[in-house]
Formats: sequence, C-alpha cells, structure tokens
Amino acid sequence: MSKLSSIFTYTFLSLASIVSIFPFLWMVVSSTNKSVDVTKGRLLPGSHLLENFRSLLDTVDLIPVLINSIKIAVITTLLALLIASLAGYGFEIFKSKMKDYVFSFLLLSMMIPFAALMVPLFRMFGTISEAAPMIGIDTLAAVILPTSATAFLIFFFRQSTKMFPREIIEAGRIDGLSELGVFIRIYIPTMKTTYAAAAIITFMASWNSYLWPLVVLQSSEKHTLPLLISNLGSGYSPDFGVIMTAIVIATLPTALIFFILQKHFVAGMMGSVK
Amino acid sequence: MIPAKTKQSYSTTTTGQKVRFMKNSRKHRIKSATIGWSFVVLAVVMICTFTFYPMVHAFMMSLQSGTGTNLTFVGLDNYARLLKDPTFLTTVKNTVIYLIIQVPIMIILALFISVLLNNPKLKFRGFFRTAIFLPCVTSLVAYSVIFKYLFSLDGIVNILLMKISLISEPIQWLTDPFWAKITIIVAITWRWTGYNMIFYLSALQNIDYSIYESAKMDGASPIQQFFKITIPLLKPIILFTSIISTIGTLQLFDEVMNITQGGPGNATMTISQYIYNLSFKYTPDFGYAATVSYAIVIMIGIFSILQFKVAGDKNE
Repeated sequence: MSKLSSIFTYTFLSLASIVSIFPFLWMVVSSTNKSVDVTKGRLLPGSHLLENFRSLLDTVDLIPVLINSIKIAVITTLLALLIASLAGYGFEIFKSKMKDYVFSFLLLSMMIPFAALMVPLFRMFGTISEAAPMIGIDTLAAVILPTSATAFLIFFFRQSTKMFPREIIEAGRIDGLSELGVFIRIYIPTMKTTYAAAAIITFMASWNSYLWPLVVLQSSEKHTLPLLISNLGSGYSPDFGVIMTAIVIATLPTALIFFILQKHFVAGMMGSVK
Repeated sequence: MIPAKTKQSYSTTTTGQKVRFMKNSRKHRIKSATIGWSFVVLAVVMICTFTFYPMVHAFMMSLQSGTGTNLTFVGLDNYARLLKDPTFLTTVKNTVIYLIIQVPIMIILALFISVLLNNPKLKFRGFFRTAIFLPCVTSLVAYSVIFKYLFSLDGIVNILLMKISLISEPIQWLTDPFWAKITIIVAITWRWTGYNMIFYLSALQNIDYSIYESAKMDGASPIQQFFKITIPLLKPIILFTSIISTIGTLQLFDEVMNITQGGPGNATMTISQYIYNLSFKYTPDFGYAATVSYAIVIMIGIFSILQFKVAGDKNE
C-alpha cells in the first residue's frame, strides 16, 4: 500500500466510524444531562441520569410498557423458533416434490411487504375481536400471532438442516425414538447455534417492531417501548434528557446481545446467504 | 452378554420389519408422508392465514369503497382513483426518490468500505468493522427520534456545521421540503450501510487474495481491480442486497413517521405512511387503502424483475 492511499484509507475509515458512533455517544451522553444542556449542544457526560430516569418513571408507565415489550418479544421468539424449526426440518428431512412446491409458495410471502398486510390484518383481527376478544384488537396476542411464522426463518432452518447428518436420525429411530422424539432429543440439541442465531434475529425484530403494534395496540397500557418512544418524541415540549434515557433503555438489550453474541448475531443477519 | 442380546433382538426386528415393510410399503409411504406433513402444517397454516389470505382479502377490499365498515362494491373505481390521486402520486414520487438516490449511494459506500476493510495489512480492522456495523443495533424508532433531534433547527448538526463555518445560518433540515428528504436519506444510509457491508465483507473473504496480488503484478490499478475483479465476483450478493434494500425502501415507514411525520406538507410522505393515514388517521377508507397496498406489491415485483434483468444483461 502506498503512503498516500494508506493515509486516505485510515482517514476515510476513521471518519466513517466517527459518523457511525456519534449518534450513540450523543444518546448516551444526553441521557445524563439536563434537557437545557442537551439543547445547548453539550457533549460531555453530566450527572443528571438518575433524575432523568425518575422523571421518566413519573411521566410514563415505563414498567408495564417494558413488561409488555419483554412478553411480546420472548413469546414471539419461542413460538417462531418452534414453528420455523419444525417446518425447516420437515421440508428438508421428509423431502417430496409436493412439499418443495409448497415451500416455494411460502417463500413468495417474503415479497409481500407488511405495509400491504396491515389493513386486511387489522380487519381480520377486528372480526376476531367479536368472537374472541382475548386475541382480538388491543391484545398482546394480536401482536404476536401474525409475526410468529415467517418464511425467512423456515428457509433459514431448512438451509442449516442440509448439514444435519441423516445417520443420526436413523440411529435415533432404531433406538425406538418417535419422529417427534428424534426432533426434540436429537435435532434441537445438535442445532443450538442455528437456534441461537434465529432467536437473535426474531427477538430483535419483535423488540423493535413499530408499525403493527401501532396499528393494533390502542390503549396506552398495552403499548410497547417503540410506541412509548415515538409518543415521547412527538411531544410539543420534549424533555431531551428523559427521552434519551428511554431510548438508552430500549437500545440496551439489543446492544448487549450484539456485544456478547457478536458471532451469532452476524450469523443471524446473514442467515439467508449461507 | 448384553451386546450379544441386543444384537440378536436387533437382527430379528430388522428382518421382521423388512417383511412388514415390503407387504405394506404403500401404507408405510403414506405414513411417512403424513409425518412429514405434520411437521410443516403449522407453518403452512399460519403463513396462509396471516399473509396469503389477507392478500386475497385485500384484493376484494380494493374493489369496494366507503367509510369504516360500510363498504359497497365499486369495481375498479379505486384503481382509477389511484392514478388521479395527487397525494398518492406524491408518495410514489417520494418513495422512488429515496430508492434511486439512497440505495445506490448506500451500496457503493458499503462496497467501498468493505474493500478498504478487506486489506489484510490494515490495522484496527475489528474496531472499524464494529463501529460501522453498530448502527444496525438500534431500533428504527429509536434512531429516528435521535436523528430528529440531531437535525432540528437548533440541533447539534447545525451547531457543529456552524462552528466549522461550513454554513453561516442553520439549515432547515426538517421543515424545508428539499432538506427534509436529504435528512431521511442520510438517516437511512447511516442505519443500513453497515448491514450491507457485512454481506460484502463475508463475500470478499471468499475471494482468494492472491488474485489481487497477481493483478497488481500485471499492473492493474486499484480502481481497475475494483471494477474488473471485485464487482464481477460480488455480483450475486450485490443483487441480493439491492433487492432487500429495494423492498425495505418501498415500505419505508418508521423513519419518516418519527423524523418528519411526512411533512412539511406531504414532502417526505411514503406510500406505507399514506396507507396508514388512509386507514387510521383520516376517515377510514379501507377499500382505497387496500388498493394502495396493491400498488406497493406491484412496485416490488417490477423493481425486482428490473434488477434481475440489469444483473442478467451484464452477464452476457
């Protein structure tokens, strides 16, 4: 590498890194400052974090909202992993021509944007509300159900199952395990890393999802963190310190997942191109 | 003792099974097919219920019009209305502007960064990679709200730009129709460049670095290497990421909703946001909203085919 191009490379990458990190730093720093200081453009950490947190608790129902977000994300993840891994396993291990057609058909659903589904889905849950209010509009179940089966995740599991050794399945059958037994006792423990990556993608998507909860969750005690942040952000006299504290809380879980499980995280993001 | 016994019982059962299997092979096949289907049935039913059925339902709705649940059959009137609806045309224009400006900038930027990062002699590679990927960790709503404040009239971006004397008075990032679009484009590029970079980086790692070494020996400049080696070898992954980005941009919602709320006027409003407004903000007209929904689906289809065509032509 010539000297000039090496200077250029480092300058460019440093600039890109600074631009990428700056909004984060600003978010974290602002959560420790008073609103007035944030508007003045203060870029140094302050000592106002606890006060900000306390006034956040005073202005909004943070704890119930946090619990809703956790419930939705955890249940969606468990359900999605179960449904997609069963299907991915079924499509690959019990391969047949007919099943391959069905699989390709399911993949088509990846081309349908959620924006196109929200109106009919909202009407559908409106109808469900009349018969079963438990899973109708304004329930956590209505948020979870439509997002817990995705073609992408089925595809992801099917791709990973291609590497799964068939002999183990045969051995399990000879040992007298039922087909479901083979799946639960052998497949799930062997595919831990695939499950980890899939769990990360699903949890992130659910934790951060905005449009569908916005449509279907109407009362504020049912809200999730993104809805709470969006509402705080659209206020007329925003308290910046408080809002940034809320954003830090919402970002913390995903940031932690990223730093602790970086390898699985990247594997999950790239799942489809393996 | 025990192994011998197992071995014996094992052999008898296999022969027994073999006989039964031959007798009932048809029955066995049916049974194994049933087991296979029972693994996938839940997923198939869920996706049909929550994706395919709603699309069929949306089509029926698009043939109806009225407020709330009082819908009457109007045939193709909604589709005719679409082509004359100035707000719809504005949202299509905005969305296409985001698409044709933002997606190429982001992909070129991501390619460029990943080529720089792929140099094995580079120091601090891990740091640069993590830093540039970091934006992907944030939720769309969270980063949108952050960007809204960063780019407000008295926000930190204006303060910094004025400090280094790049501008003499603050830019109306959120309230000027032109700058508001720029803000949205900057925001999306910030959030997604690192995501695309990861795809290119892993594809680059599969290219043998000695190809570059020998190209250098043959006197190829870095720019020639980039266009003659890197781009052709990464074409499938570039196609993949550009389709993903196109689908994402065509249904852009969270950012616009939280940064500009579609304003000023309708200057930044996207198609998704228009569907939302038609259904939940204005007097609800679900029939017409469903018609607009179909417009997005059709656009995704057209753009995907277009991208495949473009990539295919270069192949020949």
